[in-house]
Amino acid sequence: MNTSLLFIALISLTLFSYWFGLKRSLKVAGGAEHKKDLTCLPEQFGLLTAMVCGLPALITLLIFNSAEQLVIEQLLTTTLPANIQSLSSIDFGLYLNNIRSLASSETTQALLQGVAAQQNDIALQGQFQAALTLQELNQQAVWLKTGLVLIIAVVSVIVLVRKFSLTYKARQKSEAIVRALLVASSAIAILTTLGIVVSVLFESIQFFKSVSPAEFMFGTQWSPQTAMRSDQVGGSGSFGAVPLFAGTMLITFIAMLLAVPVGLMIAIYLSQYASTKLRSFAKPMLEVLAGIPTVVYGFFAALTVAPVIRNLGESFGLSVASESALAAGLVMGTMIIPFVSSLSEDAISAVPNALKEASLGMGATKSETVVKVLLPAALPGIVGAILLAISRAIGETMIVVMAAGMAANLTANPLDSVTTVTVQIVTLLTGDQEFDSPKTLAAFALGLMLFITTLGLNILALKVVRKYREQYD
Amino acid sequence: MNTIDIKQNEPSQVELNQVELTQTVGNIYADDAKMSIRNANVHYGDKQAIHNVSLDLAKNQVTALIGPSGCGKSTFLRCLNRMNDTIDICRVTGQLMLDGEDIYAKELDPVLLRARVGMVFQKPNPFPKSIYDNVAYGARIHGLTNNKTELDEIVETSLQKAGLFNEVKDRLKDPGTGLSGGQQQRLCIARTIAVSPEVILMDEPASALDPIATAIIEELIDELKEKYTIAIVTHSMQQAARVSQHTAYFHMGKLVEMGKTEDIFTRPSHKLTENYITGRFG
Ligand SMILES: Nc1ncnc2c1ncn2[C@@H]1O[C@H](COP(=O)(O)OP(=O)(O)OP(=O)(O)O)[C@@H](O)[C@H]1O
Ligand SMILES: [Mg+2]
Repeated sequence: MNTSLLFIALISLTLFSYWFGLKRSLKVAGGAEHKKDLTCLPEQFGLLTAMVCGLPALITLLIFNSAEQLVIEQLLTTTLPANIQSLSSIDFGLYLNNIRSLASSETTQALLQGVAAQQNDIALQGQFQAALTLQELNQQAVWLKTGLVLIIAVVSVIVLVRKFSLTYKARQKSEAIVRALLVASSAIAILTTLGIVVSVLFESIQFFKSVSPAEFMFGTQWSPQTAMRSDQVGGSGSFGAVPLFAGTMLITFIAMLLAVPVGLMIAIYLSQYASTKLRSFAKPMLEVLAGIPTVVYGFFAALTVAPVIRNLGESFGLSVASESALAAGLVMGTMIIPFVSSLSEDAISAVPNALKEASLGMGATKSETVVKVLLPAALPGIVGAILLAISRAIGETMIVVMAAGMAANLTANPLDSVTTVTVQIVTLLTGDQEFDSPKTLAAFALGLMLFITTLGLNILALKVVRKYREQYD
Repeated sequence: MNTIDIKQNEPSQVELNQVELTQTVGNIYADDAKMSIRNANVHYGDKQAIHNVSLDLAKNQVTALIGPSGCGKSTFLRCLNRMNDTIDICRVTGQLMLDGEDIYAKELDPVLLRARVGMVFQKPNPFPKSIYDNVAYGARIHGLTNNKTELDEIVETSLQKAGLFNEVKDRLKDPGTGLSGGQQQRLCIARTIAVSPEVILMDEPASALDPIATAIIEELIDELKEKYTIAIVTHSMQQAARVSQHTAYFHMGKLVEMGKTEDIFTRPSHKLTENYITGRFG
């Protein structure tokens, strides 16, 4: 019986125990006609029974599954000959992999046994033997798991059902369980975030052991290529992240310069001026813009926008790099327009109609009403939209990879090629890499900085919004 | 609401609705009309909300619009300063005149019209700005003042006329939304007065207020009519009787009866009016 089958069995058992709990509670009451005597509804008894049946068993199953592999390998290791146990960790890992693939292949056990007996090569014979042991262990684990899970499910139901009485608080108990489940779900989200932060933090600390934080944060030279061999003419390996953050900020700034005014104007037009018919057509169209994969925007930036900008710049006598911050920023701005416009439109539409009518009723024009009443009242929502757009821009990678280049120039000239934090993270981590050189670890340090930046941005946004609210409500 | 013996004597509601309404009874004309409306029809999409209504708003007097819920009082009121323009599906036809000038004429700017015909809404709706900025709003957008002193003066006199100045003079910088409901409504009236309109339209201005705040507003309306022409929608018979000189009774989008307030409330000519004001219907 494999895990999915066991899972199905557990579900059926849970469904059955709903019915069982319901019937039992009726029996405690002395028949369906007496169900008024129960303090809780029979369905609530059923629900509680189902939860008590399913949840502990499910948790056991999850724990078992996650620990299974480790325990089995430990057990297997103890059966292996000493010369193999003393292998280096890498070689031992390879050996284990071998055995695993032997054990999981379609080869039947009989064939495996036959082959094991025939082998003259002692080492190979040992491997087959080990594979057999592994198969056996796996088999035992499955039986153990099945038994354990089913027994837990059945025993919990029996224990629970014996406690049923007329005044048993089934509703309160199932409510408590539901509550615990909800708390657990939010805890999972929070723990995942924490886990990511901790792992990034840990790797970053590794990185900062070889590169000083001061150099990383204030250095203006970024060339992460370290020489592999001593005779190689490689990069010097300097890790000053300033050019990356400057590049990120430059591109984000250009993008926002485009997206915020255009997005806001679209929002104002759609919410105040456009007819219902036009709005119902234009809004989904705009949202399509947000659904285009960023790689496609990347093509567009690199193949269409960048050349146009270069030609335009050259006709003005400016020298423009073939990959420029301007091209990437403009295309990124286009991508972000729907974020700004859609959320801002919601914020503007949410302003009470009474305020709008008050302003119009005093003889204000539409545009005066927008500027003096609607925009101020919708400001928290608009600020939120803009900050969301900024964090989208900061985290965006594909467009920049394709359109802005990889050169870590420290420049404020939008016509130059620049690179961003996310692009460098990608380039540092692609390809076969060991996760112990400063080069790859630098990616984690960059990720940490990025995380801190967006976190700061969000906190700032919350502050702005709250301050505004206090002023006016 | 009906007692059994009255029911026996009165026609049922169905019959009332079938009463033929070809003409308004009473007197729709005013000697000195500030606004005159002739044959106004209003449609929301395919649905007609106002049928052929004609009436005058007498200058420097209060005209009350009464009638059961949904009969089109608000719709009619909103035609008078073209607030209905803001509703896509709303279509207004007929002659609506302010001082003999057609307010739906092509060359007339609704923005300027709304400065002349101000509106106070049912629910107090001050802007989320300071008390001062609320009152100064209209003066600022219409460029009525040249400097801060003039603006201060407009704000002060408007607040005084609305009977709010003494209560708020020490906290003009506080948000207008922080005032009580009655104060907020007076703030809205002050805001409307600040642009010196000629006509003030009020749509149930006291319906969200307690009796004391309502009494203050009613007193205020009485004073305001010295300078402005006022039309007020109200659900309270007593209020209509107390503040208005003329009363118009609407029923299902039609103007059933109009006349001097004391006549309407003492000797209504139309059966529908009588039923409504005696509280047997609506
Ligand atoms: N924006 C709108 N769109 C469509 N129909 C509307 C709209 N506003 C009002 N109506 C319709 O027009 C008719 C008159 O409505 P109106 O608001 O003028 O009534 P009222 O007399 O002010 O009622 P109340 O006393 O409840 O405020 C109603 O049947 C209403 O459903
Ligand atoms: Mg109304």
